[in-house]
Amino acid sequence: MSLNIVVLAKQVPDTRNVGKDAMKEDGTINRAALPAIFNPEDLNALEQALRIKDANPGSTVTVLTMGLPRASEVIREAIFRGADGGIVLTDRVLGGADTLATSYSLAQAVKKIGKVDIILGGRQAIDGDTAQVGPQIAEKLGMPQVTYAEEILDIKDGKVTVKRRLENGVETVKAPLPCVVTVNGSAAECRPRNAMRVMKYKHATSPSGVAALSESAKEIYARRPELHIQEWSAADVEADPEQIGMPGSPTKVKNIVNVVFTAKENLRLEDNDEAIENLVKELLANHTIG
Amino acid sequence: MSDKNNLIVYCEYEDGKIADVSLELLTKGRQLANTLGVKLEAVVIGDNLKDIEKEIIQYGADTVYKVEDKKLYPYTSNPHAAVLINLFKEIEPQICLMGATCIGRDLGPRVSSCLHSGLTADCTALEIGNHKDPKTGKEYENLLYQIRPAFGGNIVATIVNPECRPQMATVREGVMKKQIHDKNHKGKVINLDVKKYVKPEDFVVEIIDRHIEKSKVNIKNSPIIVAGGYGMGSKENFDLLFELADTLGAEVGASRAAVDAGFTEHDRQIGQTGVTVRPKLYIACGISGQIQHIAGMQDSAMIISINNDPNAPINDIADYVITGNAEDVIPKLIKYYKKNSK
Repeated sequence: MSLNIVVLAKQVPDTRNVGKDAMKEDGTINRAALPAIFNPEDLNALEQALRIKDANPGSTVTVLTMGLPRASEVIREAIFRGADGGIVLTDRVLGGADTLATSYSLAQAVKKIGKVDIILGGRQAIDGDTAQVGPQIAEKLGMPQVTYAEEILDIKDGKVTVKRRLENGVETVKAPLPCVVTVNGSAAECRPRNAMRVMKYKHATSPSGVAALSESAKEIYARRPELHIQEWSAADVEADPEQIGMPGSPTKVKNIVNVVFTAKENLRLEDNDEAIENLVKELLANHTIG
Repeated sequence: MSDKNNLIVYCEYEDGKIADVSLELLTKGRQLANTLGVKLEAVVIGDNLKDIEKEIIQYGADTVYKVEDKKLYPYTSNPHAAVLINLFKEIEPQICLMGATCIGRDLGPRVSSCLHSGLTADCTALEIGNHKDPKTGKEYENLLYQIRPAFGGNIVATIVNPECRPQMATVREGVMKKQIHDKNHKGKVINLDVKKYVKPEDFVVEIIDRHIEKSKVNIKNSPIIVAGGYGMGSKENFDLLFELADTLGAEVGASRAAVDAGFTEHDRQIGQTGVTVRPKLYIACGISGQIQHIAGMQDSAMIISINNDPNAPINDIADYVITGNAEDVIPKLIKYYKKNSK
């Protein structure tokens, strides 16, 4: 059985190393100023998608992302690892969206893709850690959802069996297709890039990215449609202007403060036997330990 | 929009009792409801809910909505979401709080999407306050300030939902403190008929197998925590932490970086996206002190930092700083503890 698989991926700022200019005055994130990576759990989701494709010949994996035009980079990366292609949903009017406006926009894009059997995405993105977009897309599309997935066990008779990893145990559930599955970081790691595909697709980009190609690459790009990553606007997906971007976001950022902890006065010790024995004795004497 | 509407807490139910995080939220919800001058309500959905209201009402709930049916336990997304969506359309709560657990983080977004109400995940503080929209100049009284670290914990953002109701927020276990409001508090129980709230087609996802184990790790309630960070360097070096923890009768915790690096399991993660702890002693080994980690342990009564970087940010909040490699310092701590304790 061939399946139409959609993977939701997000290009995220690497939150492990954030500078002060990372925030705009209105309290939203200045993504253009930050190193951008493939959201880690979306890679776990991609791997599950590719395994479904391997097990069901004829299936296609389409990667859908919303963000700046350069988010086509994550689609190219996914193509290097085995995805068939993808779409960047990008438009100024989509900017500043909270999770609800984001899921509405993505759900509109899924509707435009057409017949979809299963939608996979990472459990959450590292820039927000909310885990909300997956379930919200499921609700918007009227599909069931399976969150915290660790492994897709099988797809048979129009149903998917999924192992879920919960706080204190595991659960195996069966859900009818089409449905939305969000995948945990504890799932199998994504396969690496395939060298042949890297050669073949190294010039894959969206229309916004063409200008940056060399003259010879532009020629190749023009000849080979499989290098064309699609770019859709809000109008392309027939998004209601009231439901996207900042106007479509019920949550507003009231204010942002940089976190500064007041330093305590502390005692500095060198790593030697005497200092450490004295510390242990002190902790024993004041009943902190023992 | 009348904001004399009430505040409701979704009470998670497992193994015959209400989850700690829900009791913590009832405690917080009681305070917020008092500030607003409204009632605190609770909703519990599951099976075998006999007398469960007794546990809930002593935490200050004025009303408990119960929806009982064999098919509502264990939790599945659509039926529980359907109950909340239909109930909220009826009673129009102004605020809804739920635990940032696997259940709350699955349920909250589905409900908020259907009701088009804002939802803020993993709040670390909730307050009531006023808000003026900077663009329209419109003023709002008594909104829920949903305060959470964002962006890897480098900033703290206050989020408001000026127009949409309910204002929804999730909070992780251990962030709020649970406290019985009044053992003799009076609350009424309203039993809801499942058929009115859940359609047969909502039962779409079938649970075919379930192994729930009580977590072996209990860092939240441990008086002493030995925590390791990325600076421990390897899984093998993490064994040293377990040795020290065994010696001291402590639990082992970890930073997100150490968990992501595979040094130990996720259950041990301390910080904004892990557990919040308040032990009497916290020994941080090779932890640099990302804000998202500090947010989950800064209320420890005493903090010892062992780090080879004398300028590690965590040192700023430590009571004792030992400059050195954790692999060298920990064996000394073990040795001198054994020598000096009786």
